[in-house]
Amino acid sequence: AESPFKADIERAQKELTEKMTPGAIAYIPGSSVINKTGSWRVFKPEFHKDKCVRCFLCYIYCPEPAIYLDEEGYPVFDYDYCKGCGICANECPTKAIEMVREVK
Amino acid sequence: MPIRTVMKANEAAAWAAKLAKPKVIAAFPITPSTLVPEKISEFVANGELDAEFIKVESEHSAISAVVGASAAGVRTFTATASQGLALMHEVLFIAAGMRLPIVMAIGNRSLSAPINIWNDWQDSISQRDTGWIQFYAENNQEALDLILLAYKVAEDERVLLPAMVGFDAFILTHTVEPVEIPDQEVVDEFLGEYEPKHAYLDPKRPITQGTLAFPAHYMEAKYLVWDAMEKARKVIDEAFAEFEKRFGRKYQKIEEYKTDDAEIIFVTMGSLAGTLKDWVDKKREEGYKVGAAKMTVYRPFPVEEIRALAKKAKVLGFIEKDISIGLYGAVFIDASAALVNESERPLMLDFIAGLGGRDVTFGQLDDALRIAEEALEKGEVEKPIHWIGLRKELL
Repeated sequence: AESPFKADIERAQKELTEKMTPGAIAYIPGSSVINKTGSWRVFKPEFHKDKCVRCFLCYIYCPEPAIYLDEEGYPVFDYDYCKGCGICANECPTKAIEMVREVK
Repeated sequence: MPIRTVMKANEAAAWAAKLAKPKVIAAFPITPSTLVPEKISEFVANGELDAEFIKVESEHSAISAVVGASAAGVRTFTATASQGLALMHEVLFIAAGMRLPIVMAIGNRSLSAPINIWNDWQDSISQRDTGWIQFYAENNQEALDLILLAYKVAEDERVLLPAMVGFDAFILTHTVEPVEIPDQEVVDEFLGEYEPKHAYLDPKRPITQGTLAFPAHYMEAKYLVWDAMEKARKVIDEAFAEFEKRFGRKYQKIEEYKTDDAEIIFVTMGSLAGTLKDWVDKKREEGYKVGAAKMTVYRPFPVEEIRALAKKAKVLGFIEKDISIGLYGAVFIDASAALVNESERPLMLDFIAGLGGRDVTFGQLDDALRIAEEALEKGEVEKPIHWIGLRKELL
């Protein structure tokens, strides 16, 4: 599944090249998406599809939101913005999400 | 017709706020400024002023509430002093950085410790780097007028910076003087409706205010604040000129008094300017070539005006109710910076006076004159800073 932020990212990147405004006001909503907060991650959620019951709890609880659903209703993790907080793994009733140390 | 009446500077400030018709006022009581929000809350309760009066739990909350209201797009007002202003400190930078034309009245009072409720300028002088325009009033009429002028300058599209108007604790805040209240219609014409072009909220125009700026953007945002303050110099002159035309009272960034043939000129701010001018009259009768100058605008610092004044004097003395611990008084430091590249400069002296409400007497000004004359005679300044009116028996 494609990031729902794709259009926002493109618009915000365009704004970044424009002039500084009085009060540093950002005139394009959603411009925070160009800040890829996924780089902060220490632990990464690893998804085990075989255990997933498509309850959507991970999708609902993700505070970013860095989880969206594919056409079949399975979670897709957006590692550009997932900070690795582990809430999804904690909430998952079937342990289908496992936090593993990020290796770079 | 304007109404001529008598009132305290705190009441004059409240009247100025009423005439400017702010939509949101948030304030927290503190001596000597409490009467300002008290009077405004009366205006609101009586239906004389159509505004939200927000009662808050601290000065930090008061300024935060007006920042929020101003960011939403309405004219705002608050008042404080001393510790209250110090508590607002961090939010003052935010108001300026977000380019919100908030206007605030300050009953200039000393800072603890030791705790003291009386007058000096340390509270607002210490906010000089925050990006707020600063005016200082000599009397109660000026307190009223300068608040109206503060709105005019702050809201100008070329400026968009917050502004504070200082008037001396008790000497003005609690002293009844004749004050002319201008006509509402004339004030309306002078200020107009507040129609923000940048900082306002509208669901049809989603924006983010109070943004995060990474190192790639922070400097430019800060530069624009500095640049706006530079532009404020011209806007202030224009506002003073328009004010004089509409209301008949003349304001200048630096107002000179008997300076034309003066050898020694003393510069001060606030109510002390009245004492100083009286004293100059007396000294003139005694044959001294002394003059006085009153600084009405402290931020932006009146660089050009100080340079012009310096050309007239052989000795330039600053009498100020503040001290930048570790160096000199702030006004003297700033004036020195304004003159640093001038090829010819007068001898310069700094006199720290009247801290914590100590009366500045003719005797103390005579002491300053003696020190200035000695410098003039010797052609040099041995010690630039002098504390006048110190009780040496206590030291």
